[in-house]
Amino acid sequence: MVSFILRRLGIMVLTALCLTFIVFWLTNLFPNLEKLAKTQGNFRMSDEAVLTYLGNNGYLQPLPVKYGQWLGVLPGYVIAGTDGEMRARCAAGGQDIADAARFCGILQGNWGYSTVFRDDAGSIIATRLGLTGKLMFWVMLLMVPGALIIGVMAGMNEGSRTDRSLSTVSILSTATPEYVSGVVFIAVFGTATFGMQWFKGTATAAMDDANFENFFLPVLTIALYGMGYIARMTRASMTEVMTAQYIRTARLKGVAFSQIVLRHALRNALIAPFTVIMLQFPFLLNGVVIVETLFNYKGFGWTLVQAASNNDIELLLGVSIVSVFVVLTTQLISDIGYVFLNPRIRIA
Amino acid sequence: MDPLTWTGGLGAFLNPALAITAALCGIVLVVQTGLRMGSAAVTLQSNPDGTLQGRGGVLGALDTALIYLVWALVALLLAYIVVPLVMPYGSAGILGEITRRLLPVWIALVATFALSIRFKRRLGLYGKLFDSTVGMIGFVLVMFWVYVAAFVGVFDMIVTHDYLSQVSGLKNALPGVMVPDGTQGVIPHYLLGGDNLARDIFSRVMAGSVFVIAIAPLATIFAFMVGITLGLPAGYYGGKFDTALSFAANLILAFPVILLFYLLVTPEIVQTGIPSYMAAFLFAFPLIFIGVLINTRYYTQPAKRNAIILPVLGILGWLYLSAINASGTVIDFLPAWADLFDISVLVVFVSVVFVNAPTVFRIVRGLTLDLRTRDYVAAAQTRGEGAWYIMLWEILPNARGPLIVDFCLRIGYTTILLGTLGFFGLGLSSESPDWGTTINEGRKLLLIYIHPALPPAMALLSLVLGLNLLADGLREESLKD
Repeated sequence: MVSFILRRLGIMVLTALCLTFIVFWLTNLFPNLEKLAKTQGNFRMSDEAVLTYLGNNGYLQPLPVKYGQWLGVLPGYVIAGTDGEMRARCAAGGQDIADAARFCGILQGNWGYSTVFRDDAGSIIATRLGLTGKLMFWVMLLMVPGALIIGVMAGMNEGSRTDRSLSTVSILSTATPEYVSGVVFIAVFGTATFGMQWFKGTATAAMDDANFENFFLPVLTIALYGMGYIARMTRASMTEVMTAQYIRTARLKGVAFSQIVLRHALRNALIAPFTVIMLQFPFLLNGVVIVETLFNYKGFGWTLVQAASNNDIELLLGVSIVSVFVVLTTQLISDIGYVFLNPRIRIA
Repeated sequence: MDPLTWTGGLGAFLNPALAITAALCGIVLVVQTGLRMGSAAVTLQSNPDGTLQGRGGVLGALDTALIYLVWALVALLLAYIVVPLVMPYGSAGILGEITRRLLPVWIALVATFALSIRFKRRLGLYGKLFDSTVGMIGFVLVMFWVYVAAFVGVFDMIVTHDYLSQVSGLKNALPGVMVPDGTQGVIPHYLLGGDNLARDIFSRVMAGSVFVIAIAPLATIFAFMVGITLGLPAGYYGGKFDTALSFAANLILAFPVILLFYLLVTPEIVQTGIPSYMAAFLFAFPLIFIGVLINTRYYTQPAKRNAIILPVLGILGWLYLSAINASGTVIDFLPAWADLFDISVLVVFVSVVFVNAPTVFRIVRGLTLDLRTRDYVAAAQTRGEGAWYIMLWEILPNARGPLIVDFCLRIGYTTILLGTLGFFGLGLSSESPDWGTTINEGRKLLLIYIHPALPPAMALLSLVLGLNLLADGLREESLKD
């Protein structure tokens, strides 16, 4: 088990390195750097001025060197600029170059500097993640029990009318991407057109003070898309369990139907959905980006859009690290959890 | 002429009738559910004389009533479509005019269904689809949009105004608004109102279907070609090759899709030519796939093989070169006469294929891992068949069930991805009538005007729902074998 986890952790680190290198490479392509220089300086910069700016700020070093510096395995650059000023990667914010550390990369806990927000990337990500964490907490609270209840109700009597109607509902919810359901919810519940203006159409206020009125629609929008999928998986696993021998034995013993479902079937039926719920995280991340943009909730997803559309290299890298970490950790947890929940599986 | 109302003269009778039927349906359902809580779940009763009888009593009566009520509901909804066809212009309201514009689609749908149901026993899996209600509903929704796209894209029917032309004074105009004289299209109204740039929303939504119907299935086919060509050997051989490919697939899947889109579909990246190289790489897979497919089938008859493979690969190769070659990009070597077409949305197409291919790869690999242990594979190996023959002609046909189902689901997912791209304004011009872009345009003023954003949202929802229901129906029917 330990060697399995260690191997998975090794693959995780390797994946994260490859992924960040790809992001690093794509964001450091010359047209992207040119755009960055022009947004930082001004839009009518000449080609020479762009090159000077990039050279002075260390962007024109070879790609592996830059990546090593960002990672913290190579010493940060110290460049004598063409304007006579010395610039060092590790001496941000007017610090004396002599006092600055030699290495300052992600390994030293330095997330870099966001060129859009003009702030430390690490602290931006921390705040934004906190806001998104709040959103995700409520999403999970709504989505997981809802999906499990729907799936179990549909799966305990396969082919019944309850099953068919609940299955249709879950297909409908998987077929509704967040930008469709969000728009429909805002139109119906956020405006006065249908006489049901019960909620706020934006969640900006929910960042400081979340309440039912301004936070329910975004939570519902994200939860709905994932709910259908989990419910269908739960239903499939429940119908399989309900045809098992031990359920038939319980029936023949004369155990009440509710007891069969709650005591005999439910625990075995919940193994598969656990994996699915964990693997839903990457998709939820997408939903978060769309919903935060739609409802103008300035969380992690919103930050991703801002960083990506402005080629904010270090912030974007930070965002990628966090999302890759989330994706890979949930995969790991789902694998380990599966083994714990299902005693028939052994990992050597 | 006056602005149109939603249902016009038609609504005077149909609206109350519909409301009453729907309400009765609801009441019966609630009463039935309430009654069933306390009674046993009996569907058949055996009589003392040995005969069987359908559920009697109040519950049985309610069952029968519910069936009649649902049929009445369906008939009323059909009346909304059929009756306006014989009413004069404008008297059946917005809904009536929309169904009248869609007349070619209704005719095509009825013809498709009549033919398919008539010959369903001879049509294999497709024919079996018509045994499942869910599958049929899904098929109606999908074919509706396929026909709309065909009639709009090929014959320029259905749309009422040019989807780009702006008419002054109709900015954010409400549905059914009159168009001023001189600027009329086919009809003198904006059926679903005007958008923020005073363009006809109905025409834009209908024209937007062409983009989705053309791109989504094609991109899915390409993703499948890539996934199958790489997944079969990965699953069949295993080993280092499999480990490397699986790692690459998991790497792509670990990216949040939107981040990947932002990294691939920006004007700066297009400038570097990365999408063109990716297109050259990804578009080669269909060629490889079809070449190997033909070769493994006919390699014992070289003359026949050459007669088939050369023209096929010649035509496909030309198509391939024209697809990746575009003037003004990094891949620009064909003379103008040889370049058959330019794909204006190449970046979008490539990134959607790129995102979908790893998932298909994983599915195909998993299926191959399972199927390669079967007896017919061992038999083929004993006969001395080549590895690729076994993969393509023994394993792949036996994996078709799950792959067809996933193909339907994946077209739906691709539709969602295309909408996501439009929603973030990536890769598509802001004038494009595709649904994602129109939803994005509409949502900016959503709290003031809701009518520009809802029609494209509903269109996208109905298409994806149709594809999912279709996949569900196919799964159900293919499991019955």
